[in-house]
Amino acid sequence: MFDSGFYEKHRAPILFTVMAGLLILVGFIQSWGVSLTILNLCLISAIMALGVNIQWGYAGLFNVGVMGFAALGGLAGVLVSMPPVSEAWQAGGLGILSGLLITFGTVMACLLVWPRIKHINRWRYWIVFGIILSGYALLRVFFDPGVDAIESIDPSVTGYLGGLGLPILVAWPVGALFAAGVAFVIGKIALGLRSDYLAIATLGISEIIIFFIKNEEWLTRGVKNVNGLPRPVPYEVDLQQAVWFQDLAMSLGMPVDDASSIFVKLCYALLFMVVIAVLLWLSETALRSPWGRMMRSIRDNETAAAAMGKDVTWQHLRVFVLGSAVIGLAGAMLTTLDGQFTPVGYQPLRFTFLIWVMVIIGGSGNNWGAVLGGFFIWFFWIEAEPIGLWLIETLTTGMDPTSPIRAHLLEGAAHMRLMTVGIILLVALRYAPEGLIPERKRL
Amino acid sequence: MDVLNVITLLGNFLIVPGLTYGSQLALGALGVTLVYGVLRFSNFAHGETMAFGAMITILVTWLLQASEISIQPLPTALLAMPVGIAVTVLFTLGMDRLVYRYHRERKASPVIFLIVSIGVMFFMGGLIRFIIGPGDQIFFDGTRFILKAREFKETTGLNEGLSLKMTQAVTIVTAIVIVALLFWFLNHTRTGKSMRAYSDNENLALLSGINPNKVVLITWVLVAALATVAGTLYGLDKSFKPFVYMQLLLPIFASAIVGGVGNPLGAIAGGYIIAFSELILTFAYKRVVLYLAPEGTEIDSLVQFLGTDYKIAVSFIILVIVLIIRPTGLFRGKTL
Amino acid sequence: MSFLLGQQMTGGYGAADILHDCTIGVERGEIAVIVGPNGAGKSTAMKAVFGMMPLRHGQVLFDGEDVSGLRPEERVKKGMGFVPQTHNVFTSMSVEENLEMGAFIRDDNIQDSIAQVYDLFPILKQKRRQPAGELSGGQRQQVAVGRALMTHPKVLMLDEPTAGVSPIVMDELFDRIIEIARLDVAILMVEQNAKQALEIADTGYVLVQGHNKFTDSGEALLANPEVRRAFLGGV
Repeated sequence: MFDSGFYEKHRAPILFTVMAGLLILVGFIQSWGVSLTILNLCLISAIMALGVNIQWGYAGLFNVGVMGFAALGGLAGVLVSMPPVSEAWQAGGLGILSGLLITFGTVMACLLVWPRIKHINRWRYWIVFGIILSGYALLRVFFDPGVDAIESIDPSVTGYLGGLGLPILVAWPVGALFAAGVAFVIGKIALGLRSDYLAIATLGISEIIIFFIKNEEWLTRGVKNVNGLPRPVPYEVDLQQAVWFQDLAMSLGMPVDDASSIFVKLCYALLFMVVIAVLLWLSETALRSPWGRMMRSIRDNETAAAAMGKDVTWQHLRVFVLGSAVIGLAGAMLTTLDGQFTPVGYQPLRFTFLIWVMVIIGGSGNNWGAVLGGFFIWFFWIEAEPIGLWLIETLTTGMDPTSPIRAHLLEGAAHMRLMTVGIILLVALRYAPEGLIPERKRL
Repeated sequence: MDVLNVITLLGNFLIVPGLTYGSQLALGALGVTLVYGVLRFSNFAHGETMAFGAMITILVTWLLQASEISIQPLPTALLAMPVGIAVTVLFTLGMDRLVYRYHRERKASPVIFLIVSIGVMFFMGGLIRFIIGPGDQIFFDGTRFILKAREFKETTGLNEGLSLKMTQAVTIVTAIVIVALLFWFLNHTRTGKSMRAYSDNENLALLSGINPNKVVLITWVLVAALATVAGTLYGLDKSFKPFVYMQLLLPIFASAIVGGVGNPLGAIAGGYIIAFSELILTFAYKRVVLYLAPEGTEIDSLVQFLGTDYKIAVSFIILVIVLIIRPTGLFRGKTL
Repeated sequence: MSFLLGQQMTGGYGAADILHDCTIGVERGEIAVIVGPNGAGKSTAMKAVFGMMPLRHGQVLFDGEDVSGLRPEERVKKGMGFVPQTHNVFTSMSVEENLEMGAFIRDDNIQDSIAQVYDLFPILKQKRRQPAGELSGGQRQQVAVGRALMTHPKVLMLDEPTAGVSPIVMDELFDRIIEIARLDVAILMVEQNAKQALEIADTGYVLVQGHNKFTDSGEALLANPEVRRAFLGGV
C-alpha cells in the first residue's frame, strides 16, 4: 500500500495508469477490438473535453452547444472529403450559388445601411427588416428550385452536392474553422450580457445547427446519412490482401481478419494521440504564458480585471472561439472515425452534458484533468449499460422471470445511465468540485 | 365571402392554436421567470419538471380511468392534476433540500446553479424515462371537439371550417385562471408581496424580517405547480413524450427573455409572442392567397416563410434579435 | 449608560480591522451623528452596531441587553430600525407596498402606522400607488425612512440619509428626523454634510481611521476649532 502523500504527488500518472489498466481489462474480458474502439472514442471525447475546458476552466464560460459545434466539424468532413456530384452541380449549382450571393448581398446591405440610418429612431428597425425580408424572398426564388433539382438527382445515392474530394485530414482544420466562425457570431451576440445568456444562446444555436444538417438534404443528405467517407488510414480489405500484413498477422498468431481491424483501429488511435499531444502541449503552454495568467485573473475576478483595463468581453470571445474550434476539430475527427455522417446521431443536450461531466469530474481548469475525465466518463458511459443490465439481472434473480416489475426494470436499465451521470455530476459539484486532478494553483 | 373564409382559415390554423400554444409557453415561462427572479438562475431542469408533473398526472389519470371515475365532458386529467401538482411540489422541494440548498448557502455563482440544474435535468429525465418510458402516452379522454369544423361549415355556409378542440379550450381557460390566481397572490397577499420584495432587493428584504427560506419554499411550490399545469396541458393538447419537453426548453427560455426575465407579465407576453411568431412564420399561406387572388390563379408553392421543421429556429431568431436590440426584454426584467 | 451603545467595537471584514476600540451611543429622543473623513469607518461603525459586520471585540447593548450575537433581522424585532445608504427601497413595488414590507414582522393592524408615515411625509400619500423606483431621490429617501419606521423602532439608524439630494430636500429631511426624535426615538446617523448634521445633533462622534477622535455635544463640536479646521472645511 502506498501512503496518501504518494498519491497526492503523483495523482495524474496514477489515475492515467488506472485508466490504461481498465482498457486492458476490457481487452482481456471482452475483446481487443472493443477495447480499442472505446479507446478511440475516449480520445475524441478527451479532445472535446479539452475544448470545453478551455472555455470553462480558463474563462468560466458555459457552452451548452457542444454537439452543435461537433456537428459542424462533422459537416466539414463531408464537404471536404466526399467527391463532388457533378450532375447535382449542373442541375442546381447555379441556384445554390446565387442563393449564397443573395445572402451575402443582404447581409452586406444591412451592414452598409445600418450605420447610415442609425439616427432615424423609429423606422430603422423596419428598414433593416424590409431589406432582410426582400433578400429572403429573392433567396427563395433562386434557391428553392436549385435545392429541388439537386435533391432529385439519384436521391438514393447522392441527391446532394457532394464535397471537394480532398483528403479527409484537411477536414479537421476546416471543421475547427467552421465551429470557430459560428462561435464568433454567437459570442458577439451573447458575451458581455448576463452569463446565462451564453448558455441559452449556445443551446439554441446547437439545436438549429442540428436541425439544419438534418433537413438541408442538398448539403448533407439529412437523415439519409452520408456513408463511405474516405479514410486517412488503410482499409481492412487492402490489408488482408497485402502480403506483408499476412506475414505480420501470422507472426503474431492472429487471424488476418482480426489483425486487420485491430491494425486500423491502432492507426486511428495513433493519429488521435498525436492530435491530443499537440493540443495538450499548446494549451499547457498557453496556460503558462502571460496570456493564461491574464485569463485566470479575469475568470477569478472579472470586475478587478476590467478595472485594470483588460477588455474582458474581447478576451472571452477569443477563448470561446478557440474552445469551439477544438470541439469542431473533434467533431471532424469523430466523423472520420465513423466513416459516415449521421445527422440524427447528434443529440443536442445528451452528449453535450456528457462532455461537461468529463470536464468537471476530471478537474475544471486542468487540461490533463479534462483528458482524464474524457477517458473515465466515456469508458463509464459505454460500460455502464452492460454493467447496469447485469446489476439489475442479478438484483432481480429472486423475482419471477415473468414478473412485469422485472421486465420494466430491465427495460428501464438503459435510462439508468442518464440518471447516474446526472447524479455523478451533482455529487461531484457538491463533494469534489475540484475534480480528479485539481487545477494547479499558480501565482 | 372570401374575406370571411380567410378569417376563418386564419382563426382555425393560427389564432386558436396560437392562443393554446402561447398559453402553454406562458405558463412554462412563468416558472422559469419565478426561479430566475427569486433564486437568480436559469433553470434548465424546468422542461423536465413539466414532464415530471405531466407524468404523475398521467399515472393518476390512468388510475382514475381504470376505476371509471370521470368528469365528462372534461378530460379526467384535470381531476388528476392536483395530485400531480402535490407530488411534483414534494419532489421539487426534495431536490431543493438535497441539491440546490447547499449551493445557495455557499452563495454559489449563477453559472454553478445553472450547471447544477442541468444535472437535475438529466437525473429527472432518466427518472421519467425509467418510470413511464420514452414513448408517446395518450391520456386524453372526454369530448374531443367543442366546435366541429363540419358543423361550423354547415351553419355558416363557408368553405373553411373553424374547430375548437376541448383541449384547446381547457388550456386557454386553465391558463387564464392560473395566471389570475398567480397575479392575485403576488400582488395582494402578504406572502406574495414578500416574494416580490425578496426578488427586488434581497438585503432590504432580510432587513425587513422577510424569511428567505420561506420565500424560496413558496417559489418552488409555485414553480412546481405551474410546471405541472403547463406540462399536463401541453401533453393533453399535443401528446406526452418525454423528449418533447426537452425541446420546449428553448422556446420557454426565449419567452421569458423576450418578455424580460424575472418579470411575470413579460413571461406571459413572451409566451404569446413566441407562439404566434412560430405559427405565423411556418404557416402555409397558399389557401389565403388563393382566396384573395383573382379567380383562376395558380400557385405551386406553399407560400411559407420557413419550413415547419424550422419552428425551433423561430424562437431562437427572436431571442437573438431581443439580445441584440434590447437585452433586458420588452418589460425590463430582473424583478418580480 | 446609553439606550443604544456600541462599546469598544473592534473588527472588520477581512484580516485587517476597520474599527479600533470605537464607542458609539445614543439616548432615546436624542440625535447622535457620526461624522469624519472618507474611509474613517463611519458606515462600518453603523453596520457593526446593527450586526451587519462581525465584531472581534466589544459589544452592542440595546436597552441594557447585550444584542451582540443577534442577526440584523433579529435586532429589527427587538426594536432597531435601519435605513441603508443605497438600495434602500423596493424599486418595483409601490410606496404603500414598501411600507407594508417594512411592517412585515408585525402581525397587528398596520394602517395606523401607515397613516403616521403619511402624516410625516405627506408627499408619499399622494404617490402611494407609484412604484418607488419612479420617485425622485428625496422622495425615495422618505420612503426608505418611512419603511424603517413601520416597525415603530426605538432606535432609528440612518446611513447618510441625505446623500445625493439637494440642500433644500436635505433641510426638509433633517426637520423630519428631528420630528421623529421628538417621538422618543433614538436616532443614530452617519452624515457627509457634517456641519448641518452637527447642528441638529445632541451628540456628535468624530471618527478618524476607526478611532473615536472627538466625542461631544453637537454644539461643542461645532465650536471646537480643531474640529472646524479639520472636518468642517475651515472657518
